[in-house]
Amino acid sequence: MTFEDYDIEGFFDEMFTPDHQIKQGYVPFSEFVANLSIDDLVQKQHAAERSLMALGITFNVYNAEGGTERIMPLDIIPRIIEGREWDKLEEGLKQRITALNLFIDDVYNGQKVFTDGVVPKTLIESSKCFLKPCLGLQPPKGIWCHITGTDLIRDQHGIMRVLEDNLRCPSGVSYMLENREILKRTFPKALDDTQVRPINNYAISLREMLEYIADKPSPTIVVLTPGIYNSAYFEHAYLALQMGVELVQNSDLVVKNGHVYMRTTKGLKKVDVIYRRIDDTFLDPLTFNPESLLGVPGIFEVYKKGKVALANAPGTGVADDKVIYAYVPKIIKYYLGEEAIIPNVPTYLCENPEDMQYVLDNIADLVVKEANEAGGYGMLIGPKASAEEHEIFRKKIKANPRNYIAQPTIQLSRVPSLAGERIEGRHVDLRPYILYGKEIVITPGGLTRVALRKGSLVVNSSQGGGSKDTWVLY
Amino acid sequence: MLSRVANSIYWINRYIERAENYARFVGVNTSLALDTANIPDAMQWMPLVATTADEELFKELYGEPTQENVFNFLIFDDRNFNSVYSCVMNARENARTIRENISIEMWEHINGFYYLVRNAAKNRHNIFPSSREFLKEVVQGSQLLMGIEDSTISHTEGWHFGKLGRYIERADKTARILDVKYFLLLPSIEEVGSVLDMIQWSSVLKSVSAFMMYRRTYGQLFPQKIIEFLILDRYFPRSVYYCTVNAQHILKSILKSHRGSIKTPAMKKLAMLSSELYYTNVKEIIKFGMHEYIDRLQTIINEVNDNIHETFFAMKN
Repeated sequence: MTFEDYDIEGFFDEMFTPDHQIKQGYVPFSEFVANLSIDDLVQKQHAAERSLMALGITFNVYNAEGGTERIMPLDIIPRIIEGREWDKLEEGLKQRITALNLFIDDVYNGQKVFTDGVVPKTLIESSKCFLKPCLGLQPPKGIWCHITGTDLIRDQHGIMRVLEDNLRCPSGVSYMLENREILKRTFPKALDDTQVRPINNYAISLREMLEYIADKPSPTIVVLTPGIYNSAYFEHAYLALQMGVELVQNSDLVVKNGHVYMRTTKGLKKVDVIYRRIDDTFLDPLTFNPESLLGVPGIFEVYKKGKVALANAPGTGVADDKVIYAYVPKIIKYYLGEEAIIPNVPTYLCENPEDMQYVLDNIADLVVKEANEAGGYGMLIGPKASAEEHEIFRKKIKANPRNYIAQPTIQLSRVPSLAGERIEGRHVDLRPYILYGKEIVITPGGLTRVALRKGSLVVNSSQGGGSKDTWVLY
Repeated sequence: MLSRVANSIYWINRYIERAENYARFVGVNTSLALDTANIPDAMQWMPLVATTADEELFKELYGEPTQENVFNFLIFDDRNFNSVYSCVMNARENARTIRENISIEMWEHINGFYYLVRNAAKNRHNIFPSSREFLKEVVQGSQLLMGIEDSTISHTEGWHFGKLGRYIERADKTARILDVKYFLLLPSIEEVGSVLDMIQWSSVLKSVSAFMMYRRTYGQLFPQKIIEFLILDRYFPRSVYYCTVNAQHILKSILKSHRGSIKTPAMKKLAMLSSELYYTNVKEIIKFGMHEYIDRLQTIINEVNDNIHETFFAMKN
C-alpha cells in the first residue's frame, strides 16, 4: 500500500514533508509497506495486539467497567528519528539532567540558587514536592534523579521542546522495550533495512546504575512496588525480572538495627539498594504521610544514615514542579553557564499578576495545568473546552495562582497511524529514559506516545493514548 | 527467596491442583449420572458438595442440589472460593504478583488458562450440560502447568514449594474423594457388590484418575482393595501415602538448603504420617472406620499446611 491519500492536514508530520515527500529515514519502511495491502497491515496490527494480551502486557485502570486490566494499545507504524537529530537531543537531555541534579542538591544543601536570585525561594517553600526532612541530605554519589523520563514534543515548526521533566518514578519504559520486541516480529525486514539503534541494554544499564550507588560489591537490589493494584505493576515486575532482582512490597521489608531487611524463607536478608516505585510521601509513614499503608516505617532514617540507597532520592520531585519548570533554562545557565540546548514550551506563571491576567483573558487558546499533577489530570485544554469549563478554571486560578501555569496550545507533530482500516495522522510526543549513574546513559529513542483519538492532543494511556515503537537511526 | 513469593508459588500449585480435582470429579459424576438415571439428583450430586465441605454455602446460594446447580457452584461460581473459576483466578492473581520469579511460559500458560475458564464461565449456558470437553481442558491445563514448571524453572526452592503445594493438595483431595463413598453412597446391605455399587466404586477410582492403574494392579474391583490403593499404594502418584512421602522428601530438600534444624513441626508431622501409612494395612483402616480415618488424615494434612505457613511464609521478625 502507498500513502497517496494520506493528508498531513497542515500539521508537522514525522514521515512526510509539507509537499508530501517521504522523509529520508522513512524510505526503507515505506518501501517495505508498499508491498502490503491495508488488510495485511490491519492483520499485523491485530497480531501485535494478541501478542500483548498473551504476554499480559497490561496496565490497570481504576473504576473501569469490564475488568481493570487493559493492554496499552500499540500502533505498529513506527516513529523514526534521524541519528543526527537524536544526538543533539541526547546532548540536550544530558545538559538538562546535570543541571537539575545540581539544582536539587542546592535546594536541600546551601540554597545558593535562591540567594543569587535565580529562583524565588517562596516558590520552593510553597511546592508540595519540597520535603523539609530532606534538608541537608547527601544522597550516595551526589545523585538525586537517577531515573528520569523527560517528555518532549515537537511543535508546528518542527522544533523539539521539553514539555515536562518527570523526575518522580516515570513509567512506560517496559512498553518501550516490549514494543520493540513486538515490532521485531511485525516488521523484521523493515527494521533490518532501516538500521535502527538497539535499545535492549536498558535493564543492564539500570542494574549497573543501581549497583553504582550501592558502593559495595554485589549489593542486594530490590524493586519496591505498591502492589498489583498499581497501574504500572506490570512494569515493576518486568524490570525486576529483567534485572534479575527481587520485586518486593512494603510487607516484605522491615527496618531493624539500622538496616533494611527483606523477609525470606531463610530469615531476614539485608537490602542495599531500593529502586522504589512509590511516591516520596508514601515511603515512610514515620517521616512523611502517617496514613501511608504502602511505606516501610523507619526507612528514611536508614537512608539518611547511608545504610540503604534509594532511587530516585526522596525530595527529587521539587524540580518536577511545573512552576519550577519555567525556570529550568535559567537553572541551566546558572549551574552550567550554557544556554539550554532543548528549549522549553513558553510558560505563563499565574503566580505573576501580569501572566495571570494574560491567562485569564486568553484561556480559550491556552493549556492550563496544575503545578503538581501528572498523567494528564487536572488540566484544561482551552480550545477544546467549553465556556463553562473556562470559567471553572478561571475561578480555580484566582483562588490559588501559585498552583497553575499555562502554555500556548501546541499542535504536536503527527505520525501516520492505523485508524480502523485507514491510515491517518495522529499526534505524538516522546519520552526518552535517562539513567544517571557513573555517567548519564540515555536509551536511543524512548516511548513515543500517541493520541489515538482523532484530533486529540492527549497522549496519556489513562485517556485514550497508545504508543509506538521509536526507531533512532545511526 | 522472599516468603511472600514462596507462599504464592505454593498456593498457585494448590489452587491449580484443586481445580483439576474438581473438574475430574464433576466430570466423572456427570458420566456416572447417565448410568444411574433412577437415582434422584439430590443423591447423585449432593455428595460432591459434601466432600468439598462447602455444603452450607451451597445451600445458602442455591438450595436445591440439582445437577446444574452443583455444576455451577463447583465449577463457575466466583462466590465459592474453591470453585474451579475461583481457583484459577486466584492462581493467576498469585502468579501476577510473582511474575519475575516464574518463567514466561509458566505465566503465559496460567494467564491463558484463566481466560479459558473465564470465557467458559461467561458462556456457561453453552458449556452445561455437555461439559466434557471443557472439563478435560481444565484437567489438562493443570497437567500442562506441572510439565511447564518441571521443564522451565530451576529445581530450587521455588520449584520445591510448588511441588509441596501440589502434594499437600492432592493428598487432601484423594482422601476427600474417597470419602464421597461414605456420604450417601453408603449402600444398603443387599446392594453391596451389586452392579450399582461397583459402578460407584469405579467412579471413585476414575475421579482420581486411578481406574486403569488399579485395574493393572489388582484386576477385579474390591472395595477394600480400592481403599488400599487410594490410601496406601506405594507407586500410584495420587495415593495419600505417595503424596505424603513425596511431600516429606521435598520438604527435606527445602530444609537442606537452610541452616538450622530439619525438625520443623511440618517435617515431623509428615514423617510420622508417611511412616504410619507405610506400616498400616487396609483392615486396620476399616476397623478404625474409613470415614473416621479419612477425617484424621485431613486434620493432619491441614496441620502440616499450617506448620509450613508458620515456618516459611509468616515469619515473625
